[in-house]
Amino acid sequence: MPEVIEVIFEKYQRKPDQLIPILQNVQREFGYITPESVKHISRYLRISENQIFGVSSFYAQFRFTAPGRHSVKACLGTACHVRGGATLLEMLERELGISCGETTPDRRFDLERVACLGCCALSPVVQIDADIYSRMTVNKLSELLKQYE
Amino acid sequence: MNKLKKKITSAKKKWEGIENNKEPIVYIGAASCGRAAGALELIAETEKFIKENNISAKVIQVGCIGPCYLEPLVDIKMPGQPRVSYSNVNVRTLNNILKSQLLEGVPFIKAAIGNFGNSDFNGIPPFYELPMLKPQVRIVLRNCGLIDPEDIDQYLAMEGYQGLMNALQMSPEDVIGVVRQAGIRGRGGAGFPTFKKWTVCRNTPGEQKYLICNADEGDPGAFMNRSLIESDTHAVLEGMMIAGYAIGASKGIVYIRAEYPLAIERLRTAIKQMKEYGLFGKNILGSTFNFDITIKEGAGAFVCGEETALIASIEGKRGMPRSRPPFPAISGLFGCPTIINNVETLGTLPNILRNGAEWYNKFGKEGNRGTKTFSLVGKIRRTGLIEVQLGTTLREIIFDIGGGVQKPFKAIQTGGPSGGCLSEEFLDLAVDYESLASAGSIMGSGGLIIMDEDTCVVDVAKYFLDFTQKESCGKCIPCRVGTRHMVEILERITHGEGVPEDLLTLRTLGDTIKKGSLCGLGQTAPNPVLTTLRYFRNEYLEHIKDGLCRAVVCKDLIEYRVIKEKCTGCQSCVKACPTGAISGPRSEPHNLDKTKCIKCRSCYEVCRFEAIAGDAIVIRTAGKRS
Ligand SMILES: Cc1cc2nc3c(=O)[nH]c(=O)nc-3n(C[C@H](O)[C@H](O)[C@H](O)COP(=O)(O)O)c2cc1C
Ligand code: FES
Repeated sequence: MPEVIEVIFEKYQRKPDQLIPILQNVQREFGYITPESVKHISRYLRISENQIFGVSSFYAQFRFTAPGRHSVKACLGTACHVRGGATLLEMLERELGISCGETTPDRRFDLERVACLGCCALSPVVQIDADIYSRMTVNKLSELLKQYE
Repeated sequence: MNKLKKKITSAKKKWEGIENNKEPIVYIGAASCGRAAGALELIAETEKFIKENNISAKVIQVGCIGPCYLEPLVDIKMPGQPRVSYSNVNVRTLNNILKSQLLEGVPFIKAAIGNFGNSDFNGIPPFYELPMLKPQVRIVLRNCGLIDPEDIDQYLAMEGYQGLMNALQMSPEDVIGVVRQAGIRGRGGAGFPTFKKWTVCRNTPGEQKYLICNADEGDPGAFMNRSLIESDTHAVLEGMMIAGYAIGASKGIVYIRAEYPLAIERLRTAIKQMKEYGLFGKNILGSTFNFDITIKEGAGAFVCGEETALIASIEGKRGMPRSRPPFPAISGLFGCPTIINNVETLGTLPNILRNGAEWYNKFGKEGNRGTKTFSLVGKIRRTGLIEVQLGTTLREIIFDIGGGVQKPFKAIQTGGPSGGCLSEEFLDLAVDYESLASAGSIMGSGGLIIMDEDTCVVDVAKYFLDFTQKESCGKCIPCRVGTRHMVEILERITHGEGVPEDLLTLRTLGDTIKKGSLCGLGQTAPNPVLTTLRYFRNEYLEHIKDGLCRAVVCKDLIEYRVIKEKCTGCQSCVKACPTGAISGPRSEPHNLDKTKCIKCRSCYEVCRFEAIAGDAIVIRTAGKRS
């Protein structure tokens, strides 16, 4: 881990404005912001760990727990909302047995809500990993989940 | 500049080769929306078809042309024929289309919707004559869906970077003069005259100045900026260079939300190409103008679309707004003079600099010059991305372009969470900055959400407030605490537990938040509630007094029922129900146990979807609770 972090640091200058890009890179690498990485970043950028937590907790993108194998994101943007996005989210919460922001105990799925994936014309949409599924229904989504192990 | 001119000559030749193609070309709309509809699968399938049948043909990925409801879109251009567009293509129709076009050389009329010639072709109408396209004026979107955004040569063939070349031959002051005369106002929401803030920045002394492209596109339910970047990437970057030259900035930054990975990737590709073409770095096109562009990914915070919060975020801090003045044009990023412009504002600039201010003045109306793009979504027949002249009426947009609403029209929300919800009486309102403001809404960045009688306006107002409340950065109290109170009241009302006094409280809270908040987020957050209170008061009262949600949306005020006469007893819903609320033997009307029903909609969907079912499950208002 320290080596990986060092490789990441090589790409960024030792300036406080590099904090967010570094955090993004760390999350890409490890899937989340590990406590250990915060220590390293603190040393590298010479800012306190508190400051790093302050910034990273402000932004919805950063997570502090290990992610599951697949990430499910239900869109609750306006277009998706008026076309039933909330019903889809409720169904996901029920079927996966977790709330937004949680991971299933078997680590198969992560569940999140997002505000618009930019595919509003095809709403409601759900994103699983990198794929966006459009014009979703409760039953289609239930079938879809079975394809992910 | 001569080097670029040579590139342009060869780019135009290359484009002519595409226009007068010797081998068939298959164009597939593969922006994010097209991909969500299955475009990538179609590309793979087309490539397979070409290989299996041993034909020589080209596949080109293009951006989004606008009518997203027709997606996925596939166009085919046979040698000597106009390009023909096919809509809602799935793998099966694709194979029929390819067979007919590539093997037999004739269009597959059944699935064709338009051709890109000027007249009918085999009975297929010109694409731009389609009802959704005809009333539009495409300036910013002129290349979208037509060219491959990842090929700079195609952009050059469309007179790309001509605007920049013109600008570089003028003084920066003259460029500002052209923009002033063109009368363009910021497309990011507030409509502030672009030349004004540029002038301030130009006149502020400073070694280093910054030009930031605001691609945060926070309005949930709007995708104009995403689409433009994905479909005509270079236009936005050219606009940034023109703006940078005018204000005297040597550094450009694109601040883009992380939810748009394809747009980010295309920006990276485009910047690489600019470097190869001498459009990046020092002495651009042999002039004294230096400019480079970096990309900063947002990290998921709506408030970071606000300029001072955006700056804080780039500086590596929590994205909290600060009070203005000083305006960023005087003291912005790292304390340097900074201009922040929206993607669409920037994307328009090349057109203005290429064709002149006078030409731009032909569009729109006095005080509201030019065109504006909108994403047309919600309960409307033809959803998608459109561009119209400012001053077009809502009616023209909804009914002529959007094809109207399937069920009776109820409302239109403009301006996203900062905007308002307008009722039918405003349909003839002209879409310009002032008219929308006078109705209590705003232009915003261009999200238009259409609602029909199945949309509950109280629920929508709650939705928006819930959104802004969650996105409030917490710095100022009116916004942080006030919006929370409003959400709580709205929740009570939608649960059927509201009291008549709530309406007055909502108004007072709303007015106070608007007056007392620090930034645009709080200052506009109450708008959706205030406008619905004004134009749809009755619906609030029905929720409060009668426990009635006439749109059948608010979960606590509705119930699911089986219409016995219609039920075919097919048992599909029994299988679908997750809680075992529905029971009944095969071929006999089923029973729905309300105490077990969690209103998840599964049964409702299968009852409509399965051929053997009889549309027997209905969702009804539950009426006043005892
Ligand atoms: C809460 C909030 C969110 C905003 N979000 C955006 C946005 O997503 N995109 C944008 O261009 N402008 C946004 N703005 C407006 C910007 O602050 C700024 O006015 C705009 O980018 C200026 O560009 P323009 O002059 O080209 O319109 C937002 C403002 C507020 C108060
Ligand atoms: S609202 Fe869901 S994709 Fe935009």
